[in-house]
Amino acid sequence: MKNLNLQIGEDGGLRHFLSISGLNTALLIRILDTAESFAGVTEQTVKKVPLLRGKTIVNLFFEASTRTRTTFELAAKRLSADVLNINITQSAAVKGESLLDTLRNLEAMHVDMFVVRHADSGAAHFIASNVAPHTSVINAGDGRHSHPTQAMLDMFTIRRVKGPDFGRLRVAIVGDIMHSRVARSQIHALNLLNTGDVRIVAPKTLLPANCEVLGAHVFHDLREGIRDADVIIMLRLQRERMLGALLPSEHEYYELFGVTEEKLTVAKPDVTIMHPGPINRGVEMDSEVADGSRSVILEQVTHGIAVRMAVMSMAMYHREEAPE
Amino acid sequence: MPPTDTPSADRIIIHGGRVIDPANQIDDRLDVCIADGRIIAVGTVPDGFRPVKKIDAAGCIVCPGLVDLCARVREPGQEHKATIASESIAAAAGGITTLCCPPDTDPVIETPADIELIRLRAKASGNTRIVTLGALTRGLGGAQLSEMAALRQAGCVGISNALQPLANTLVERRALEYAATFDLTVFLYANDHALSADGCAHEGKVATRMGLPGIPEAAETAAVARDLALIEQTGIRAHFCRLTTGRAAHMVARAQFDGLPVTADVAIPYLYLTEIDVTDFDSNCHVIPPLRTTGDRQQLRDALQRGTFQALCSDHQPHEPDAKLGPFPATEPGISGLDSLLPLGLRLVDENAIQLGALIQRLTAGPAAILGLPAGTLSIDAPADVCIFNPELIWQLEPGSMRSNGLNTPFMGWELKGRVTHTLLAGHVVHSL
Repeated sequence: MKNLNLQIGEDGGLRHFLSISGLNTALLIRILDTAESFAGVTEQTVKKVPLLRGKTIVNLFFEASTRTRTTFELAAKRLSADVLNINITQSAAVKGESLLDTLRNLEAMHVDMFVVRHADSGAAHFIASNVAPHTSVINAGDGRHSHPTQAMLDMFTIRRVKGPDFGRLRVAIVGDIMHSRVARSQIHALNLLNTGDVRIVAPKTLLPANCEVLGAHVFHDLREGIRDADVIIMLRLQRERMLGALLPSEHEYYELFGVTEEKLTVAKPDVTIMHPGPINRGVEMDSEVADGSRSVILEQVTHGIAVRMAVMSMAMYHREEAPE
Repeated sequence: MPPTDTPSADRIIIHGGRVIDPANQIDDRLDVCIADGRIIAVGTVPDGFRPVKKIDAAGCIVCPGLVDLCARVREPGQEHKATIASESIAAAAGGITTLCCPPDTDPVIETPADIELIRLRAKASGNTRIVTLGALTRGLGGAQLSEMAALRQAGCVGISNALQPLANTLVERRALEYAATFDLTVFLYANDHALSADGCAHEGKVATRMGLPGIPEAAETAAVARDLALIEQTGIRAHFCRLTTGRAAHMVARAQFDGLPVTADVAIPYLYLTEIDVTDFDSNCHVIPPLRTTGDRQQLRDALQRGTFQALCSDHQPHEPDAKLGPFPATEPGISGLDSLLPLGLRLVDENAIQLGALIQRLTAGPAAILGLPAGTLSIDAPADVCIFNPELIWQLEPGSMRSNGLNTPFMGWELKGRVTHTLLAGHVVHSL
């Protein structure tokens, strides 16, 4: 398990942010509290604090992303760091340069932090195991493994809407659990925060083998799965999944697992609707739900900035004097 | 270095060791006499035998040189990983006197010239015998049969499509039938490629938690079921390479009980490691087929002990360091295993998983029979390929103690018991500690 503890520094603080697994409840709450303090900053007219002035952060994206990369970039800029975006899908990898060589070259430019997204599970752990001692790594999504900042912004959103007591909450995650790094991180985080009932809802083709080990109750029927739910998180269904034998059609998926106002009647009346985006309207849910009063999908995006500011500042200051 | 096919004229006596030769049911303190590169006596020293060299084997075990059913020596085509020269030194240091290369080299082994090239390089290195499996289909493409008669003529000991898929079941049937025409054994890797797809870890609890694409047990069992149906239909013998699941081992045991002409082997990493070992994304534990469950590991050990598996092999796959430097799924699979084959085997004896004689049988006569070679025995007149090891010697597997070019092993740092002190090849001492 040595690599999972890579992310904790000698002082017990955040050294890298790679996965929820390997962290403890106190640290998650510290991230949420720190994010809360930054949320104020992002709501001011001057949306900037000088915390990371003079630091260089590289967004190293080996997989296309708009939302995640943009919020990481904004988060870094609001902390006054210098930000460099590198999109490797159309850069060095194409020229045959190895991941490690790419990393070494960037390190030679004295980077303080890498924000990494990669299509392979374990990529962020690999990079964190190989960076120079002064460099921190934030995982912005690796394969099907982990997407911890997304999970934390979701926890932040739930806490803001439902309050700090997760113990009384029933949270249902609906959709493609099998391929989802988001779901894996959310389930870990929900369990660490002692959520009363964590559920996953999907057809068997979209659930990984032995999915009960993830720490959630498994449902194959949407109405059963979201009954009395306080929070429903829908996952994006990648269009390319329709090409294989996972699902017969978008239509049938929508009929069975698409969330509509009508199906929502079995959930709690004040159920909160979440989605990591981007949404496929008419597949995962209809527009009425996505744009309805119970949807916090856009708030999630806003909160993403504060949460990423929190983990970036915490990881950057893991050995230095923690800023007040 | 002496060429492998030139026997040593030296007369040698190996004195005072415990001789274990499962093929002849020998397990006793005996002398072994060698002349002209052959065993001339085990036990009573012939009258007038005047050895020029005496090897003191007191406290040691003297057994036939080991026969490794599967070792990649990376030639031709991947000399940056290892070479026949480097790996045959590792083999000799590990007591291995015969190793068998699968055909997935670059180019693949599919013509007499490819076989000749490997033979010449092995001869030049002179430290171990190297035999080859020929490609079952052209370029391992899975569709068109290779020229098996020519491969047989050139000295191939069997044919295989290695880890590459066959286009369909009909190709497999035809391959079995055509190969049998020339008395060639088909070496099958049981894998349903559609089921294993882009997987890199056993489909189960660990892969689910780690988000690693999984390879289900059924990728192996479905293929074994199909292969067994063809073997039953045609009555043609075949060998299952590197089974990894308890269920597949059970299916093969059942087929053997029913009298089907099937043999099978297991590779040593699968008898120690499980899916749990990939938990920290350790790329040295990235192997294909993947490490399975602790239950599978136990059933594989049982199958080796019972003889469902006639052979235990290293599945040696040396890599350059870069091949293992990357995110787990992007790294190249395989473990460097020549250096640790015998000591890890002996550890099974210490763990009461198998008796010493049976272990040596699975490392010598068992695989030799599968390959149809006159190796793996100390019978009178057999080539004097001998492994002498001190079963009590403790050493550590580390870069300095490994001879293979590939240092990619999850067993690095393990304390191992039992070390080869001498290896003889056709009467030449090719390794001594």
